[in-house]
Amino acid sequence: MTRQIGEVILDLQNVSLSFGGVNALTDISFDVREHEIRAIIGPNGAGKSSMLNVINGVYRPQAGEIILRGEHFRQMNPYKAACAGIARTFQNIALFKGMSVLDNIMTGRNLKMKANIFQQAFWMGAARREELEHRAKVEEIIDFLEIQHIRKTPVGRLPYGLQKRVDLARALAMEPQILLLDEPMAGMNIEEKQDMSRFILDVNDQMGTTIVLIEHDMGVVMDVSDRVVVLDYGKKIGDGSPDEVRGNPEVISAYLGASH
Amino acid sequence: MIYRENGQFKTSYAADQQIFPILQDRWAILGILAFAFIAVPLLADEYLFRAILIPFLILSLAALGVNLLVGYCGQITLGAGAFMAVGAYAAYNFFVRVDDMPLLAALLLGGATSAAVGVVFGVPSLRVRGLYLAVATLAAQFFWDWAFLRIKWFTNDSSSGSVSVSNLSVFGWDLKSPTDVYLFCLAVLVVFALLAKNMTRGAIGRQWMAIRDMDVAAEVIGIRPMYAKLSAFAVSSFFLGVAGGLWGFVHLGAWEPAAFSLDRSFQLLFMVIIGGLGSIMGSFFGAAFIVILPIFLNQMLPWLGDLVGVSISTAGVSHAEIMIFGALIVFFLIVEPHGIARLWSTAKEKLRLWPFPH
Ligand SMILES: Nc1ncnc2c1ncn2[C@@H]1O[C@H](COP(=O)(O)OP(=O)(O)O)[C@@H](O)[C@H]1O
Ligand SMILES: [Mg+2]
Repeated sequence: MTRQIGEVILDLQNVSLSFGGVNALTDISFDVREHEIRAIIGPNGAGKSSMLNVINGVYRPQAGEIILRGEHFRQMNPYKAACAGIARTFQNIALFKGMSVLDNIMTGRNLKMKANIFQQAFWMGAARREELEHRAKVEEIIDFLEIQHIRKTPVGRLPYGLQKRVDLARALAMEPQILLLDEPMAGMNIEEKQDMSRFILDVNDQMGTTIVLIEHDMGVVMDVSDRVVVLDYGKKIGDGSPDEVRGNPEVISAYLGASH
Repeated sequence: MIYRENGQFKTSYAADQQIFPILQDRWAILGILAFAFIAVPLLADEYLFRAILIPFLILSLAALGVNLLVGYCGQITLGAGAFMAVGAYAAYNFFVRVDDMPLLAALLLGGATSAAVGVVFGVPSLRVRGLYLAVATLAAQFFWDWAFLRIKWFTNDSSSGSVSVSNLSVFGWDLKSPTDVYLFCLAVLVVFALLAKNMTRGAIGRQWMAIRDMDVAAEVIGIRPMYAKLSAFAVSSFFLGVAGGLWGFVHLGAWEPAAFSLDRSFQLLFMVIIGGLGSIMGSFFGAAFIVILPIFLNQMLPWLGDLVGVSISTAGVSHAEIMIFGALIVFFLIVEPHGIARLWSTAKEKLRLWPFPH
């Protein structure tokens, strides 16, 4: 591996989030280091997705702080997070159903495209040039994820596994520094899971992208992640290397024990 | 020639990103343009121009505007007529109040005014959607209906908002005969359709569609809903404003607010639903359909009635028209939400594979 795990890039401190009476997250702290793959595990409803939603500003926590590259935020908002280089995929695929695979991935380049609406309307100058430049970049991602054959297909027509891959492609098109993946392998067969694991490792290794990964498949988590956070009922009950977490009795009883 | 893209390999992204990537489509569109610009003026008579062709062109432009907002950006509007009215009356004011104001400039300024007004009335879309947004845009419709009827300044102190213009010319070309008016409207429509196509295949179009399809995901990618929605309102209202100006100036010549009433808003919405939401081509299909259907029924129904020995009155025909529209709207909303344009592209897809079904 060429990558080298660096300094803390993202640090969450004492984050609490509730919906009405439901405490989705209670006083959670953990950090993510540059270039690492950080997994979040826990039973259904533990607050994993909520955690990602706090990181990129879809949800606003009632308490706590998000420290991104040393900058302190009470809460994020999605636009700010995108500008700061955070991309994500969704647990329930959130692709743009009416658009082709290519267009879906091209939207990932949105923040990098600067031509104004008049240049676009007349397809002139910067607009035309950008459209070609970013298409070239998008084609690299398409090649990387091996989805050349479906680039013109409307995403609604694709099978589930491929949709997940397009979701990842769209996030990668942002060339993010931090990539949040919410159960990227849920509902996949073994073969698809293997492909997806390989892509995740390659992204991390070749592009140096820091990855926060939510995954249910313990085998996958143990294989790919550097450090693991364990949540249960919105509380953090474990944090450490895969081996440490596996040996933690609280984790075993709360999560591993329950599902095995 | 067989409709097929076999053997037409794209060697650059530029070639692949053309408006009509398939050779046969490029020939077809050239053929249609040549027919519209050269053959139609030679063949059509005054009735055809005034009753069908000119209304079709102007309403196509308006439908394009509605489609950009409703079909591409997913924001419902019942105020399309109001934005046509704003465009028409604003153009009128520029035209009569400013000395030597060229017609084209007045129309474009009317469009720009409508765009600005569209942004203001688009603000509720940042908070509400669906039915609530429909009601908010309906308020725009009622407000402008009232304003042009009652606020005398807007209509240069004419009574009940009826105004008229005359001596129209563009770059020294007098728009006198129906042929002139037709050619002028056609030229404007071609340019605007091209602009619409460029926007929808570019970054701004993708932003609109992203907001339409999945707004949370769009935001997470860095698309700002406010910019995307308000730009859609602005561009849509610009198209509608120019269409309104054309409708008033070159089609009617003299008009009053009723020309742009709620009926017009509904008519435009029906056009894009029947023609095809989110399709440039669909806007044309829808406009053609809605302009031609009443005329067709007017001719056909009495004739059919005679065949079976029933005489159908004019009132009967217009009732039948409303019922048929209603049935078609329901049909398209339920069976084919993408309208005639989708039926068309499905047919093309079949043709591309023909005679091998798989
Ligand atoms: N938007 C929301 N509104 C209300 N409750 C929510 C919302 N999102 C999550 N929750 C609640 O927060 C808790 C954690 O959910 P979630 O983060 O989706 O868990 P996980 O991803 O670990 O399965 C659950 O009890 C869930 O019902
Ligand atoms: Mg979840």
